[in-house]
Amino acid sequence: MTAAQQLHAQEQRDESLRYALLLDWSTRLGVLALLLAFAAYVFGILPPHVPLEQLPSLWNLPVGTYLQRTATPTGWGWLALAYHGDLANLVGIGLLAASSMAPLLGLLLLYAKRKERVYVVICAVILVVLMLAASGLLTGGH
Amino acid sequence: MPKSFLRALARWQQLGLLAAVFLISGLPAYAADSVVPTSTMPWWFWPLALFVTCFLIGIVAVPAGIGGGTLFVPIIGGFFPFHLDFVRGAGLLVALASALAAGPMLLRGGLASVRLALPLALLACMSSIVGALLGLALPASVIQIALGLIVLGIVALMLAAKKSEFPQVAQPDRLSSALGIHGVFIDGASGRAIDWQVHRTPLGLFVFLMIGVMAGMFGIGAGWANVPALNLLMGVPLKVSAGTSGLVLSLVDSSAAWVYLNRGAVLPMVAVPSVVGMMLGARIGARLLHVLKGSVIRKMVITLLLFAGLRALLKGLGV
Repeated sequence: MTAAQQLHAQEQRDESLRYALLLDWSTRLGVLALLLAFAAYVFGILPPHVPLEQLPSLWNLPVGTYLQRTATPTGWGWLALAYHGDLANLVGIGLLAASSMAPLLGLLLLYAKRKERVYVVICAVILVVLMLAASGLLTGGH
Repeated sequence: MPKSFLRALARWQQLGLLAAVFLISGLPAYAADSVVPTSTMPWWFWPLALFVTCFLIGIVAVPAGIGGGTLFVPIIGGFFPFHLDFVRGAGLLVALASALAAGPMLLRGGLASVRLALPLALLACMSSIVGALLGLALPASVIQIALGLIVLGIVALMLAAKKSEFPQVAQPDRLSSALGIHGVFIDGASGRAIDWQVHRTPLGLFVFLMIGVMAGMFGIGAGWANVPALNLLMGVPLKVSAGTSGLVLSLVDSSAAWVYLNRGAVLPMVAVPSVVGMMLGARIGARLLHVLKGSVIRKMVITLLLFAGLRALLKGLGV
């Protein structure tokens, strides 16, 4: 292996390890939030927005009908009701869906330090797309 | 974890898969657009059954490189009493969770390439949002039929391909050279160091644009399409394809999952037991990926895709 190949391999290892570390911890945070919220939901510590006993007659309905019958909001409207056990779970789900943002930011900084402009732009655009998707602006969630 | 234990687990995994195929094939499926009957079981039964099912799917899905959502949607949508809207929302989260759980391990093991994943994920992330919006607008039966046909097409493609474990790439294309997309990985099964490079990168980028649409539309993740595209089209070794597919999935499914979340199609009682079960199973599955031979993974991919494709097609046709 030439010196250039060794350097390239080392750079790729550094990228992978940084991404892995940040992905691991951000995922753990999401899972922890999800497990705590789910435990609070199932064990009745946080009262649910939709009673557990009613779920079998509701989870077989199309989403539009379900939202109408249970008065559950779309978009980020659930955040105002996150003191309810079921909707509190969406905090953990949101954290999981956002897990890739921290590793992408970590990579962006690494590429910026190395002056690898193409990969800086790629990471930045992916981050913007994820943030737009989360905002609900692109998806009509609001 | 000892290798002998992992190999024994792999054998049991294959037997379990076959048993699951026969067992589930014998059960009745609901047509895609039919009203799902209300269950008479207590509310806690179905979340518990979901957890166990997803744990088993997680073990199988990661070494197959197809993402848990590919199996989740046809199995849970067909045999559990939840509406397809919630199944697809949970399916995307399951695929996401499966990819997130395995991602760090695959990256540390050198089986996933960040440089390969990022350009592909960029286009697929954008198109998956479009796909998710289309998927929530189209009738479920149309989506199921299209899904079944696409998956069966991939099975045919994989059966026809002769060399896929270590594809021969004589000359990398200019784009992949400019982006520095190449690498070396140590094959855990043979102990060999494998140099890899890619070709047809522009075509690969276009294919991933289409894959993103399908991932969002069907709510099943995209590993089933990622692996053949990386392996057969771009010439990436099978194990690196499977590993990198997980990394691409973790990004693509994130953007599509937000669409379902914003539209209220994520029901925590369906999604959380599925996600947790899948993540636990995927951790075991990721260890098996490093130990299993590539040819074994390939057979598993074909079997699982054939099964999932047939289920989706039959369900879409109301059979």
